[in-house]
Amino acid sequence: MVRVSFLYYEDCPSHKLALERLNQVLADEGIDAAVEIVKVETDAQAEQWRFVGSPTILVEGRDIDPPAPSAQFALTCRAYRREDGRISPLPPPELISRSLRAAAGR
Amino acid sequence: MSNLKIGDKAIVFDLPGVDGKRHSLAGYAGKEIVVVIFTCNHCPYARAWEDRFVQIQADYIAKGVQLLAISSNDAVKHPDDGFEKMKERAAEKSFNFPYLYDESQEVAGAYGAQRTPEVFVFDRQRILRYQGTVDDNYEEPAAVKTPYLRQALDAVLAGKSAPTPETAAVGCTIKWK
Repeated sequence: MVRVSFLYYEDCPSHKLALERLNQVLADEGIDAAVEIVKVETDAQAEQWRFVGSPTILVEGRDIDPPAPSAQFALTCRAYRREDGRISPLPPPELISRSLRAAAGR
Repeated sequence: MSNLKIGDKAIVFDLPGVDGKRHSLAGYAGKEIVVVIFTCNHCPYARAWEDRFVQIQADYIAKGVQLLAISSNDAVKHPDDGFEKMKERAAEKSFNFPYLYDESQEVAGAYGAQRTPEVFVFDRQRILRYQGTVDDNYEEPAAVKTPYLRQALDAVLAGKSAPTPETAAVGCTIKWK
């Protein structure tokens, strides 16, 4: 079973869609996962979880889109770059899928 | 909730732009419509919509519509929202509208803006005619069903009311000091 952590900050409205997307990818890939949902509410929690923005998805403890070393841990919304180069508040399905497949040994 | 209600007069401001000039609301007195957009560099929602701002300005400039983008975020907590970074973003994205820095956050506070992006459309008399989001799909421009801002611009230019005068702004919260 793959361990997944879904971290979010309430003020960023994309977290519900992002969680739906994660669940859809898990279903599409047929990957059995234990999904832990973490609401990040304080700067201290952001530091503790190395949270660079909402939503963040960790697969086996690893960020699906590893941030730059200079990235700040903060209660903020997270920008993802899609494969077409556009910016989105949602993690692209391919990014989620790649990480899950790697963790599942595929 | 914005401090301005539909039908209220615009609140004046005078702010520095990334072009090195100051921009006041009065400076655009000749425009049919002024669109004030609270936005910023770092927010993914603002970034997802910024190409659409450029397109809207291009599409409506000849009709007398002027967009004014304002960033009010605390640049200490969010260095990407600092004035120099704003200059870089405006150049990178070829912003065809002024991008203004509300360092004191007084303008955002006066307007009661809460999100980035958050849009305020003022008519010829600078009366608020639309307030809220840009459209109904930040993720896929091609999948937009209701282009609220464009609908409001078309209606106000035709002397009518915006079909949906108020919507909830969707985006990051403004980062207050």
